Amino acid sequence: MPGEIIKNGEISLQTEVTESIKTPQKNNSAVELKGSVFTLPILHLQATSIPAIEVDLLTHLSKARKFFENAPVVIDLKSIAKVEQDFDFHGLMKLLSQQRLIPVGVKNGSNQQNALAVSAGLAILKGGISPPDVEEKPIIKEKPAFATDNAIKDSTPVVVAEPDKTKVVTQPVRSGQQVYAKGGDLIILAPVNHGAEIIADGNIHIYSTMRGRALAGVRGDVNANIFCQSMEAELVAIAGNFRVFEEDMPAEIKSKSVRIHLDNEQLVITQI
Amino acid sequence: MGKIIVVTSGKGGVGKTTTSASFATGLAKRGNKTVVIDFDVGLRNLDLIMGCERRVVYDFVNVLNNEASLKQALIKDKRCDNLFVLPASQTRDKDALTQEGVGRVLDELKEDFDYIVCDSPAGIEKGAVMALYFADEALIVTNPEVSSVRDSDRILGILAAKSRRAEQGDDPIKEHLVITRYSPKRVEMGEMLSVEDVQELLSIPLIGVIPESEAVLSASNSGVPVIHDEPSSSGQAYTDVVSRFMGEDKPMRFLEAEKKGLLKRIFGT
Repeated sequence: MPGEIIKNGEISLQTEVTESIKTPQKNNSAVELKGSVFTLPILHLQATSIPAIEVDLLTHLSKARKFFENAPVVIDLKSIAKVEQDFDFHGLMKLLSQQRLIPVGVKNGSNQQNALAVSAGLAILKGGISPPDVEEKPIIKEKPAFATDNAIKDSTPVVVAEPDKTKVVTQPVRSGQQVYAKGGDLIILAPVNHGAEIIADGNIHIYSTMRGRALAGVRGDVNANIFCQSMEAELVAIAGNFRVFEEDMPAEIKSKSVRIHLDNEQLVITQI
Repeated sequence: MGKIIVVTSGKGGVGKTTTSASFATGLAKRGNKTVVIDFDVGLRNLDLIMGCERRVVYDFVNVLNNEASLKQALIKDKRCDNLFVLPASQTRDKDALTQEGVGRVLDELKEDFDYIVCDSPAGIEKGAVMALYFADEALIVTNPEVSSVRDSDRILGILAAKSRRAEQGDDPIKEHLVITRYSPKRVEMGEMLSVEDVQELLSIPLIGVIPESEAVLSASNSGVPVIHDEPSSSGQAYTDVVSRFMGEDKPMRFLEAEKKGLLKRIFGT
């Protein structure tokens, strides 16, 4: 299902994959530290005034109140990072907890904002893969990507998602080029070269050599697949779960026809 | 109406200017009225390789700024009757190239010439984009090594997206691959990409392979395009490129390493 990116008003919510660091530990210890990948809603702040944030936040939350109950959120400070005046993190934390959201960290803040955030008990998050920016259309009303079936039933569907659109590309996708099939599948009938990036909300089919990066289900569709006739990719990702290939591509998939899909949040690559 | 051909590569030092000089000379030798333009404003190399650097009075930028007429700036080649050089300026930078200006000059040249060869600067910045913007066909010059192939791939993407033909939705620019500095021996040793590898990576038609040869360097230093050096393998390979460009069917040459004869093997020469 396509995801939700709401960019009107002063805040917006979107999902993002954040990868934590892997620390291998011996089995016989009392704790075990392991890395895992989570999809978290991001709260993009576009204003510093807490009352203004509250008004817009309530509007957004009212669309899927149940889904956001006790949901962890990451606060993106990118748009207000240049604001000199101290940001009231305690006020924001209070507002979020009133709305039963659990703030876990901030990203893209200035040094000063980061320091304030840490003292307010928030973590500083770095990296993360955002869904591609949708600049041409500021308002996209679709079903939330991170919603479970229940959540969709409980929430009021805002607007029906756009019908699936398939994009067909017949020319080679070359280094530095990016092709994005919004809201549907991407079919490519020519080579995708090193340094090229192909992205789809749905499935990706490549009826040629795949040497670049392929990202399917970028709005969170875990059922998306990537098919390619000759697998030589630098990176493949489905719904934010990604794998990078350097010189270590296993012989059983290298230059073979493969299907890539997700099984329990694990990328599975099989020869077809 | 003349045809505009850009010689481009993305990467520097792969042989764009050498190719431009020899290709334009080859076209002119076959009786086509040809002009070769140096788009590398600020550096200037073409006039050296063409051996006309002392005759540069007015340059491309002077013409763009209406400070000189085309007639004043065009330098007639001393070896070929049909060949002219439009040199770059060394005292200006690439900001002097404006789309309107370049378009106007090229339109004017199209009236008089059969072929207009644009020698692109390296990179993907303004100078390179200006050189390819108005092109009808393109020679993509690539060395058989990974970074050069990657940069050529990038420039092919720009040809397909940023040229006038792409912007106006006309037929795309016709692309031709020229592999330069090819050494069959090093390919055999696995040190160089083979013609097949390069062609597979770039997936455009091959128009010629220019073998690595000492003749190229000495030709550049003496200001005589290597195509005039008829006994040399590089000179012959460029002649083949021009023939194929004109539609002749010529088998590819210089793809195999020279086999040492028995005597050579014994005496090691």
